[in-house]
Amino acid sequence: MTTITDTSKSSYLFSLTIRLADSALIASQRMSQWCGIAPTLEEDIALTNVALDLLGQARHLFSYAVDLDGCRKDEDQLAFLRDPHQYLNYTIAELPNGDFAQSCTKSFLFSTFSQCLWVSLLDGEDSTLRDIAAKSLKETDYHIEHFSRWFVRLGDGTDVSRQKILKSIDYLWPYTAEFFGNDRTLSNLEGLLHINTGKLQADWVNAIEDVFTEAGIDLPSDSDFMSTGKYGVHSEHLGHILAEMQYLQRSYPGGRW
Amino acid sequence: MYTQSLDTDPLANDPKEVSDKRELELKKRISEGYVVEPRDDMPERYRKTLIRQMSQHAHSEVVGMLPEGNWILRAPTLKRKSILLAKVQDEAGHGLYLYSATETLGVSRDALYEDLLQGRAKYSSIFNYPTLNWADVGVIGWLVDGAAIMNQIPLTQCSYGPYARAMVRICKEESFHQRQGFDLLNEMMQGTQKQKDMVQDAVDRWWWPALMMFGPEDSDSIHSEESKAWGIKKKTNDELRQTFIDVTVPQAETLGVTLPDPQLKWNETREHYDFGKIDWNEFWRVVSGSGPCNKDRIGVKKKAWEEGAWVREAAMAHAMKSKGR
Repeated sequence: MTTITDTSKSSYLFSLTIRLADSALIASQRMSQWCGIAPTLEEDIALTNVALDLLGQARHLFSYAVDLDGCRKDEDQLAFLRDPHQYLNYTIAELPNGDFAQSCTKSFLFSTFSQCLWVSLLDGEDSTLRDIAAKSLKETDYHIEHFSRWFVRLGDGTDVSRQKILKSIDYLWPYTAEFFGNDRTLSNLEGLLHINTGKLQADWVNAIEDVFTEAGIDLPSDSDFMSTGKYGVHSEHLGHILAEMQYLQRSYPGGRW
Repeated sequence: MYTQSLDTDPLANDPKEVSDKRELELKKRISEGYVVEPRDDMPERYRKTLIRQMSQHAHSEVVGMLPEGNWILRAPTLKRKSILLAKVQDEAGHGLYLYSATETLGVSRDALYEDLLQGRAKYSSIFNYPTLNWADVGVIGWLVDGAAIMNQIPLTQCSYGPYARAMVRICKEESFHQRQGFDLLNEMMQGTQKQKDMVQDAVDRWWWPALMMFGPEDSDSIHSEESKAWGIKKKTNDELRQTFIDVTVPQAETLGVTLPDPQLKWNETREHYDFGKIDWNEFWRVVSGSGPCNKDRIGVKKKAWEEGAWVREAAMAHAMKSKGR
């Protein structure tokens, strides 16, 4: 754990850690919805595996957030007892799974972004985040491998699958702007983490470009829309996710699970 | 999970396939400890009995993902969520091994799966009961996986090599599943009164269906003897059920729950627990499609399979195009 004397820096570091944790947890929760109903049994196993990896990443990050915060006692308080506006995940993570094409596109876009973020954190001064990044990176590489293959298969497969992939890009692409838009948390941590959103975006475009080409799909142009989940202002979907996820902890306070 | 002895005759309409001499030879070799492998010549009745049992087992694994999957999104802690996800994933893995092992008998996974979706194949009756509160997840681990282990450990020694080997790995994982279930309940039993009530409610609902997992009583199980002779079954339904009850009653006492059977009592003479009458009408009703969740379970799997058709077609089309490039 890094010791930071500057309290505002510490609160930004907490915010970033929570943002990463929430993004992983909500992505995992969405991925878990596929459990038992994937298009093949092999895919059922693969998607559950991804959900488990993301959940593991979230737990490491929550555990660090507990250390940074000092007020909350464990990961479960953070996951189950915060309200939607206190969640700081990137909005794309909370969007509905839709069909299999939409889930694959969402996971492909998000995991390539996560990869860029983990790589940048490896160069930062925060040793805990470096360790978490190194571990998560291995898993994220596999997720990208998995979902980029599906992105290409569906983009190239049949007319039906191609239409579905195009529709999913149309829906999801605007939410990717949030990855790189104005980011006071990252800019305040620049001295500690050295993350530059401009470079992050260039790396990300570089990472997805070849896969789009292989799928025979042009990169979309930017939209004017800017989602704001990372600042706690979410889509309507998050409230429903949390209502379901937090139900037991909220309904039976003081329980042992 | 979850084999269950359903004891129906695979060759009831096909008696001509029986070749007495070959069957007797194989039964003799099996009784001497011979392990049959896919390359071996096998009598049709043996092959079909295996296909039926192994595919029912595989179907039970994949249908079994649903009742517990029902609680993944609502798991009360991140640790429990993680354990439950891993457990349900294990079940998908067991389904995959078992379908693959069944394919060594010359049937395709797609054909077997189609039989399940069309209601032609059976699966363990236990998955046609609903999971109504979080403690159900624990009780499924403790009682249902506990019963499954009891049923399955003898299968690691069964006469068909691929099935026996799959069961070795499956049993190891089931044993973890059983322990996590007990641990989950034990934790809840240290909690609030409402939590204790949830556990008792779940035990009350699952106890009898868990006992039914061992299949009909021996006196009604006409094909039990035959399966034993083939080395596919090592112990009778009643023997396994009794062992399960004897092991489970002290565990219930440790947990502090009451098993819902007033006749459950230690019998000094038999050195076993006596227990009440199982409602076999309910068992047959649930096995033949009229349990509380039969329609929902198959409905969910059918819908998923139909909705995944375009994905499988796209993957095939892409593979063909890539080959041509």
